[in-house]
Amino acid sequence: MRLIEIQPGKWVRIGYFDGGRKMENRLLQHGLYPGDQIRVLRVAPLHGPLLIEVNGREVAIGRGVAEKIIVETEE
Amino acid sequence: MRFALVGRPNCGKSTLFNQVAGYRAETGNFHGTTVSFTESKVRVAGQVVEVVDLPGTYTLTGSNPAEAVARDYLASNDVDVIISVGDASALAQSLELTFELLALGRPVVLAMNLMDEAVRLGLKIDGPGLAENLGIPVLPLVASKGRGVKGVFLAALDAARSQSIPKASPMISADPLERHQLAQELAREYAHQGVRTLGWRDRLDDLLLHPFWGYVLLIAIMLGLFQTVFGVGKALEVPLLGFFNGLAAALVPAEGAGSIWHAMLHGTLQGITAGMAIVLPYLVPFLFGLGLLEDVGYLPRVAFLMDSLMHRMGLHGKAIVPFILGYGCNVPAVMSTRTLEEPRDRFVAAALATLVPCAARLAVVFGLVAFYLGPLTALVLYVFNLFVIAVTGKLLTRLLPEDTPGLILEIPPYRVPTVRAVIAKAWFRIREFTVEAWPMLIVGSVLLAGLQYFNLTRFFNWLVVPFTWALGLPFETGMPLIFGILRKELSLVMLGQALGTMDFGAVMTPIQLFVFSVFVVFYVPCLATLIALRRELGTRGMLWISALTVVIAMLTALLVRLVGLAFL
Repeated sequence: MRLIEIQPGKWVRIGYFDGGRKMENRLLQHGLYPGDQIRVLRVAPLHGPLLIEVNGREVAIGRGVAEKIIVETEE
Repeated sequence: MRFALVGRPNCGKSTLFNQVAGYRAETGNFHGTTVSFTESKVRVAGQVVEVVDLPGTYTLTGSNPAEAVARDYLASNDVDVIISVGDASALAQSLELTFELLALGRPVVLAMNLMDEAVRLGLKIDGPGLAENLGIPVLPLVASKGRGVKGVFLAALDAARSQSIPKASPMISADPLERHQLAQELAREYAHQGVRTLGWRDRLDDLLLHPFWGYVLLIAIMLGLFQTVFGVGKALEVPLLGFFNGLAAALVPAEGAGSIWHAMLHGTLQGITAGMAIVLPYLVPFLFGLGLLEDVGYLPRVAFLMDSLMHRMGLHGKAIVPFILGYGCNVPAVMSTRTLEEPRDRFVAAALATLVPCAARLAVVFGLVAFYLGPLTALVLYVFNLFVIAVTGKLLTRLLPEDTPGLILEIPPYRVPTVRAVIAKAWFRIREFTVEAWPMLIVGSVLLAGLQYFNLTRFFNWLVVPFTWALGLPFETGMPLIFGILRKELSLVMLGQALGTMDFGAVMTPIQLFVFSVFVVFYVPCLATLIALRRELGTRGMLWISALTVVIAMLTALLVRLVGLAFL
């Protein structure tokens, strides 16, 4: 599933990044790695960014980026 | 002996630097990040040490200008000890950067800052255990309160004297993914999560990031900021102007009036007055207020709320800060575009920021539009201005497509700001204005005083005639428009001189007043802004933006004129 499709409040695990190198580097720099557990805290209105929680920190992710993050849900 | 401070943005590294070096470093991450380093001499245990605050970086291997500066500095300078400033509440991230630093082959000391945050989060950090594991000193620190500062520097001094190069651990690999996993492991081992106290901060975010109330509060906070700034500014401007005008009257001797030196002296004093009494009274409270919002942690949240709207204009959330600053003065607005990573974003943000009407242009709008055409018309002008900015943004995005992946921004926890840090930050930015823009204001004023003395200013009218004719403005308005390039308020002030009266309504029709105001609001940024543009974007960028603003000014003013002629 893509991160953009995840409901707020649910814990998921990052699978991989489906964007370009630039996006991947930026995500890694902000401490978002494949295998990390993240949770969507809230979504901004008007097609705004997602606020996610990772390793105790909060990071805002634009929708375009969230579409390119593939996550695994714990079923 | 030289110590370098390295750390992620938002870890309080510059707070630490300020503690030992005085008001010399930027403490913000989000806006106006230090993308150059700051140095200072500090006395540690009787010895004088050179301390360098390198820009905040997530990693040393990235392409960000901040990372390049840090990397280059560490590679080419004689740094005796690297003090890695970490965020105790986010241990794993700090460890990742520390690993990179360990690979540089120099003594490293790890200062775990924000220990109070960690405590609040219920984290217990086993410093000694971590120190043993890493083979380097690990010290607790609460930089904002000055606790542990001495300990960190003494440990650094120790490390420098004993030349203890960290053993090249086979564990610490060059692969970022392995480093990440190792950092996570160590963080799990040495930072024990207790009970996290869910406090007012989380409640606050529910309110400030609310899909509806968040925006209401944003507008309220911004309005509050502007009210305060203009209130303080007005209160300061009047007595300051009085003081400087009195000073000018006292310093400029009555004899010799009419001589060129007299005119030059007058010009110099005008320039000085402009900086002190007209710009600073607004700039200072503005920077202070913005610094406060930033240190509290609100600005990244503004970016979160505004990102989608900014996208419609071809930018992303972070660019909201230059915009807000632009309403006070375009100079810090342009300077703040350096936080945007992509050069293309910096150009577009700067271009749009110069279209935002600053306090000086506000004076023109009030003096001409609000006074003669009513406050409602003035409001219409401001709304129209926003519309033009949005459209320009869209057009620029067509020409220069967005290359960024999108918003990826860390939202820091709310913090109670230290007044000292806010003052330091505001002072740093004011100093930028004072050093960059003010001298040019003075030079420009002197030049224009000279030109006025030799009665050359009427030729300005001829220079601008294509514009004034097309816009249906009186011939004499050319001169104030040229002066307006030096300082925007001058276009209003000199208009009186040009028309021979301060009662503009008697000489110009309502349409003409409005057209003139619209043109002034949009055309060429003032000299100080041009200098800032050149500094941030290079001469070409500055020229492009100047040309762009003139084109926009002409088009909008023409549009207004045609509408006026058609309907009135």
